[in-house]
Amino acid sequence: MKKLGLIINPIAGMGGSVGLKGTDGVLDKALELGAVPRAPLRAKKALEELLDIKNQIEILTCSGDMGEREAMEMGFNIRLVYNQSTNSTSSEDTLAAAKAMLLENVDLILFAGGDGTARDIYKAVGDKAVVIGIPAGVKIHSPVYAQTPSKAGQLTRLYLMEKITKVEEVEVLDIDEEAYRAGKVNTSLYGYLKIPFEKKFVQNRKAGTPMSQQASQNSIALDIIDNMEEGTYYIIGPGTTTRPIMENLKLPYTLLGVDVVLNKEIYALDVTEKQLIDIAVYNKCKLVITPIGGQGYLFGRGNQQLSYNVLKAIGKENIIVAATKEKISELKGNPFLVDTGDEETDKMLSGYIKVTTGYKEKMIYKVKA
Amino acid sequence: MKRINRNFKVRNFHQAKWDEPIIFELSKKGERGILVPKAGEEIEKAVGDGISALPETMKRKEAPNLPEISQPRVLRHYMRLSQETLGADVNIEIGQGTCTVKYSPKVNEALARLPEMTELHPLQDESTVQGILEIMYKTDLYMREISGMDRFTFQPSGGSQAIFAMASIVRNYHRDKGQDEQRDEIITTIYSHPSDAAAPAVKGYKIIYIHPDEEGYPDFEAFKEAVSERTAAFIVANPEDTGVYNPRVKEFTELVHKAGGLCGYDQANANGLLGITRAKEAGFDMCFFNLHKTFSTPHGCGGPAVGATGVTKELEKYLPAPLIDYDGEKYFLNYEVTNNPYSIGKIRMFNGVAPVVLKAYAWIMSMGAEGLYEVAKVAVLNNNYLFKKLMEVDCVDAPYIRGKQRVEQVRYTLEKLTQDTGITTGDIQRRMMDFGMHYWTSHHPYYVPEPATLEPTETPSKEDLDEYIETLKHVFKEAYESPEIIKTAPHRSVCHQVDESGMDDPEKWAITWRSYLKKYKE
Repeated sequence: MKKLGLIINPIAGMGGSVGLKGTDGVLDKALELGAVPRAPLRAKKALEELLDIKNQIEILTCSGDMGEREAMEMGFNIRLVYNQSTNSTSSEDTLAAAKAMLLENVDLILFAGGDGTARDIYKAVGDKAVVIGIPAGVKIHSPVYAQTPSKAGQLTRLYLMEKITKVEEVEVLDIDEEAYRAGKVNTSLYGYLKIPFEKKFVQNRKAGTPMSQQASQNSIALDIIDNMEEGTYYIIGPGTTTRPIMENLKLPYTLLGVDVVLNKEIYALDVTEKQLIDIAVYNKCKLVITPIGGQGYLFGRGNQQLSYNVLKAIGKENIIVAATKEKISELKGNPFLVDTGDEETDKMLSGYIKVTTGYKEKMIYKVKA
Repeated sequence: MKRINRNFKVRNFHQAKWDEPIIFELSKKGERGILVPKAGEEIEKAVGDGISALPETMKRKEAPNLPEISQPRVLRHYMRLSQETLGADVNIEIGQGTCTVKYSPKVNEALARLPEMTELHPLQDESTVQGILEIMYKTDLYMREISGMDRFTFQPSGGSQAIFAMASIVRNYHRDKGQDEQRDEIITTIYSHPSDAAAPAVKGYKIIYIHPDEEGYPDFEAFKEAVSERTAAFIVANPEDTGVYNPRVKEFTELVHKAGGLCGYDQANANGLLGITRAKEAGFDMCFFNLHKTFSTPHGCGGPAVGATGVTKELEKYLPAPLIDYDGEKYFLNYEVTNNPYSIGKIRMFNGVAPVVLKAYAWIMSMGAEGLYEVAKVAVLNNNYLFKKLMEVDCVDAPYIRGKQRVEQVRYTLEKLTQDTGITTGDIQRRMMDFGMHYWTSHHPYYVPEPATLEPTETPSKEDLDEYIETLKHVFKEAYESPEIIKTAPHRSVCHQVDESGMDDPEKWAITWRSYLKKYKE
């Protein structure tokens, strides 16, 4: 019997239906404007894909509209692992429910919500559970969400039936809703969640299989390592693209922070802006950075330590941008973006930049402020 | 299966499916295809037993490990496999964009199968192979005329090997000039064939890719950033996979020359260019043609082909040895031109795949100069007919150069279809198999989202094009109305959905029977 965790954030997406660009902090207003829950319906769509294997799964879920109601209506075997504290669901409920499921060793957590929900799930389980998101929120920036609720259900089914065994790490992104309502998009990277890696079914193939994301990242790392110069400080930016550099060098690292390497040894972990300025002003250094999120931000999102003062001290010629070709293709030809808060620095970074895309392989790519 | 409705252009089709084992599994000890009788006494007396004349060193100590199997069973085996293949002669071959799969006249096959060709051996004395040497020499002359280059070699046995030959020439040219250490970068574009990057990488070069600008032309500003004293060469296709021709290509080659680099033109597929543009006038130092694409030889299932590689006079001495020449009386293998330490030596044994050169020669001769020009015109016309018809379909689009025509192929996008229905281009690809048609997406990664690359060439008729278009439209309609049938496709092909995860993992590969036994049976 497979154990499936199910969390529905019933208020996800309600703000959007009444033009509020998100529900964080404005639920009451949304309700006042006549918003109706849509996450439960979308969760049902996903669960429909599991109906014919319902005897092979036990759904571990939360009381009421956080999962119990929908799963029970559809006739699944359910067990409650979390009781909502009050009638109105909050982010604490998602967090606590996910933690409870982790303790139960569920095979997978299927959750319905938006970017805010994904953040809560990440906070609760980190890299300890495999998850799939049912897109139900207003903001869906995290690739942790399947394209459609049905797809989320299909993917869940393939994973539970062990038709998919591999997992991949994807970014947990969220934008600042208050800023978004004011017309600004500030995406931040919060961490990485594990999702099932969907195998592709093919027919009529005439081109080779592309290298896996992991293999591509590894070849980028080897290129950077092979070109490391003695006495130069290598400032390694956050993200899974830069991680294999540290892994290949067998060094500790912080996935979301900035680390510094000198002569292939760790010099400092999770450094602050001030530490970086001290290093960059007095030493020869190179910065390895990868664009964050789907929008292609190089600077100004999710890496606040790399301020314009740091970048000025490092200089454009010492910035190594690392990105797989797949990551670049996701930008659909749109340029990398920089928004350092300083016009002069943005101007310095604009134009074209060489991107390391593999071993002995670079791409010239446009950067726009 | 229902009777065919002749008014409905979408054709009924079902591929044969045989539960056919691997030929090694069919082997039965002692079973034979042909039993050769022992020579009779008188015959043996006259000519020997046929075995003892063989030198001892050439005799096998043990029988080869081949399947033991009767003739009809062998025939049945391969007939069945052929029925499980969607070959070029049974489908309207429009869907394999970038491959240039055209109809290749059978008369050229017949010529290549004549014993005068098949019985030749590359080690024969020159005086006994004057015919094929003449054909190779004259094909070289035609290639020179078509490209503007000064000398061709037919040694490379395919496009990637031709690019490898070009990269080798680049290396030796700079070595000759004492600049090899300094020049370690080769520039290409993202919509050129991946081998334009891969083959130079094998040669040890660093690769720099250029993206297109908003119009789809290689971004000249980015190109300027890429060209430097480190540039060894620029190797590029034009038109690229998008079917967009870069009209400023000469400015690109001039910039590279100014920086001291060489320029190589990937003309593997020159179908839209014959008699219209030439490598020389675009400023290239080298180019190559895949004879199995443009020159109709035809494709050999990854088998022996020819990547005819041409260079300017200046680069002639770097070509692989020997070249084929004519001294006014006889044709001969010329080792003199390349007799220097900077020749790239051998790219392949002997002088290339001679029957393929023969087929290309025959095709060129049958077309004539006007015919070659006609090929380009009709290929471009066919493509733009298909382009116009497909762009009228709501869910189809093609990025770049809006309102302008394409050359010989187009990379379309089905992004809207995917957004509307969740059906991806990969799903459409599988469903098209149910109608006996190929449909190709794109090389990876997909820079054009949900891509489809179609290339009709000059050979399909308007009726063929219409049938392909109608079939595509039918599948698009299914995507909106009954997506499930597409998601689970193919239904009428040899096999249904293939799990390709093993293809990413070399540990799981078994590319020979022996490695299969080793990995899975021992």
